[in-house]
Amino acid sequence: MNHLRIIVLAKQVPDTRNVGKDAMKADGTVNRGALPAIYNPEDLNALEQALRIKDRFPESEIVLLTMGPGRAAEIIRESMYRGADRGILLTDRKFAGSDTLATSYALSMAIRKLEPYSLILAGRQAIDGDTAQVGPQVAEKLGIPQVTYAEEIGEIADGKVTVKRRLERGVETVVATMPLLVTVHNSAPPCRPRNAKRLMKYKYAHTVSEMQHSNEDYFAWQNDRPYLRIDEWSVDDVQADENMLGLSGSPTKVKKIENVVFKAKESKVLAPSDADIEWLVRELIHNSTIG
Amino acid sequence: MANFYRDNGDLKFQLTHPLMKKIVELKEKGYADCDEFDYAPRDFEDAQDTYDQVLEIVGDICESTIAPNAESIDQEGPDLVEGRVKYARGTSENLEVLTQAGLMGMSLPREFGGLNFPVTPYVMAAEMVSRADAAFANIWGLQDCAETIHEFAGEELKKEYLPRFQYGTTAAMDLTEPDAGSDLQAVQLKAHYDEDRGTWLLNGVKRFITNGDADVSLVLARSEEGTSDGRGLSLFVHDREKGGLIVRRIENKMGIKGSPTCELVFRDAPAELVGDRRMGLIKYVMALMNSARLGIGAQSVGIAEAAYREALKYAHEREQFGKPIIQFPAVYEMLTMMRVKLQASRTLLYETARYVDVYKAYNFIAEDRKLEKEEREELKYYQRLADVFTPLLKLLSSEYCNQIAYDAIQVHGGTGFMKDFPVERIYRDARITTIYEGTSQLQVVAAIRGVTTGLFLSRIREFETMRVSADQEEIRKRLIEMTAEYELAIKKAQKSDDSGYFDFHARRLVEMAGHIIVGYLLMVDAERDNTYKDSARIWVQRAQAWNRERMLLIHQFEPNDLAPYKIEIG
Repeated sequence: MNHLRIIVLAKQVPDTRNVGKDAMKADGTVNRGALPAIYNPEDLNALEQALRIKDRFPESEIVLLTMGPGRAAEIIRESMYRGADRGILLTDRKFAGSDTLATSYALSMAIRKLEPYSLILAGRQAIDGDTAQVGPQVAEKLGIPQVTYAEEIGEIADGKVTVKRRLERGVETVVATMPLLVTVHNSAPPCRPRNAKRLMKYKYAHTVSEMQHSNEDYFAWQNDRPYLRIDEWSVDDVQADENMLGLSGSPTKVKKIENVVFKAKESKVLAPSDADIEWLVRELIHNSTIG
Repeated sequence: MANFYRDNGDLKFQLTHPLMKKIVELKEKGYADCDEFDYAPRDFEDAQDTYDQVLEIVGDICESTIAPNAESIDQEGPDLVEGRVKYARGTSENLEVLTQAGLMGMSLPREFGGLNFPVTPYVMAAEMVSRADAAFANIWGLQDCAETIHEFAGEELKKEYLPRFQYGTTAAMDLTEPDAGSDLQAVQLKAHYDEDRGTWLLNGVKRFITNGDADVSLVLARSEEGTSDGRGLSLFVHDREKGGLIVRRIENKMGIKGSPTCELVFRDAPAELVGDRRMGLIKYVMALMNSARLGIGAQSVGIAEAAYREALKYAHEREQFGKPIIQFPAVYEMLTMMRVKLQASRTLLYETARYVDVYKAYNFIAEDRKLEKEEREELKYYQRLADVFTPLLKLLSSEYCNQIAYDAIQVHGGTGFMKDFPVERIYRDARITTIYEGTSQLQVVAAIRGVTTGLFLSRIREFETMRVSADQEEIRKRLIEMTAEYELAIKKAQKSDDSGYFDFHARRLVEMAGHIIVGYLLMVDAERDNTYKDSARIWVQRAQAWNRERMLLIHQFEPNDLAPYKIEIG
């Protein structure tokens, strides 16, 4: 039980929390260039849970797995600065356009290559899609149990994990068997900071694609240090079926995107009287805000 | 998201100063560590990139953890529980996060678990932490004590104490006593060697000790019985775990309330001697004080930065007479002068930090090998500059910090007088900077040597010979005029046989020199980056007027004018 392999699923996302006026393009799609790429916030909560397990079982290994374009290696390095042991970037043009189903398929195929593992931790949801589907779908595809909305991972013993879940009206504590997938809620503790020494050690951790931009001197130096290698896996590397990936593997079709601009300026002041409250409730039911 | 490093271009600008190349090369001794340590830099660019990225981590923690905790720490403050200090909740959280980030013992060599940071980027971190919370900056900044152990203690003590800092060990320097404040020669706390126990034991009282309940304390004590001056004092290191130390009281202060200021009682507290006996005050504490004064310089700049930002924000938001108040001349002049004084303090801060960096790096190299003649001369040159620039920096930056905090309240008007805005806390926190680690008046006593030995003047002469772009010629011309006026003022002040007459004008002379030096520093900065040109221009315009006021007073002041000032002495 001392060395658990913990896989953390993370995603680099556009920072939708600080949306400016040029966040959307005229055609209604997200203007990724205008939004800084950040580490999906709840994935950091998941990473912290993994690091806390490693604090308890120091021989554990934390593998960061992310799917995305080449620059997503940035969040792998950031994970290493915070304490992850190594990272894998799942990247291939054929992954482009994947919805949650295709993404979870791709991730599950990569995870199969990482067997045996004890735990898979992921953020509850990503701030760009807000679906909360990928974690649960990965568990289904792997045929392992899942616990969602985790706030704290408690005792780990005899192949079982105790997890505290944050629910709408309270907290639920469950026990599940490993291997197990857990999605972590943002009420879990924030991730510890990047560590200066780890940053100095891992700042040259690169994928092969990135290394091609290094000068020869650095290339040789990086090659001598295996810990500076971020693995890059393609569709072929994880033996995935192309038809289940990308646009063709994604049953989610976007029918229409509407660019909503809030124009309402009028306001109505309500008094704290029964009559006014009743009026408001009727109004909200009428325009389908509630009910 | 805001980052205290990325949102302040001055820091990166100072980090990329041309002298950094020399500093890093000396500090990294030819980048030899990278074979032994996987986190050591390989070359200058690598090292600079590392400082940049680590400072970004500091900036991030300042923004996300330390600044948001500042208010509750100020309100809660530390508690005294059974002779021990219990930090406010936010203080403990700050320490934990900084320790996790590996930001304790930053300047220690790698063999002791440090990051081997030069003084300059370390001071930048200190400035940012101070901007986030000046009170907390004291606790974090006391890691300077590790540097003193590293510089002066024997190998055994170094191995025992230094590796602990990376895990978050806190420190204190215990100098002041009820009857030994500015005059440390009067220290009474007794140290005697106990043959039976085979250790030194400390007995006595210390007062006004910042973070007095630290894990590791450096204690100035009288080891030589029968002595009464500084030559009977030695420096000791006390490990809190060994007992014998209780905190009798935590002071209730006006500002920096989160920083526990303690009265300590030592009763047979075991301690180990640092370096040589009798050298405590004369050598080690002087060095410790100098690095602490540089730290207060950083703290002053950090507090001033926080105050300026609060004022600027408010002046844009607050509307009166139908427009934001920043549009009124009386307000924008105030804000501009705040910014100029802030940049003046900062350029002096990092100039001083670089001097300290060069000479300290040479000192450490000298432990391994004999320095070449040229290197020895350089060491001496930078050390002499550091010795007079440090008190000059402490004097000017802490005074400007107070002026800036004062004006920040003024910009807020009545609102600033309420407890509702952070500027009120910043104003209270600023007040101590001109007092501790030597009052402004004592900084003058140390910095006046720069005037009398001609060291300030010779540095000014070096600046004079620098080539500047045509649009800065006017600035240089003014600075040359100011220098001539400064020389006249010195001559006049030295003419009297009464040394009291010269001492009476000492502060004026030091300030005159300081104004000229800062003027040149801003001029040089503007050569490297156009955006400093306005500040240089405004500074020199004002500084010339300030200097003329001083010159006029000295010029008209005859020895017999001194008598009326002495009436109160009785």
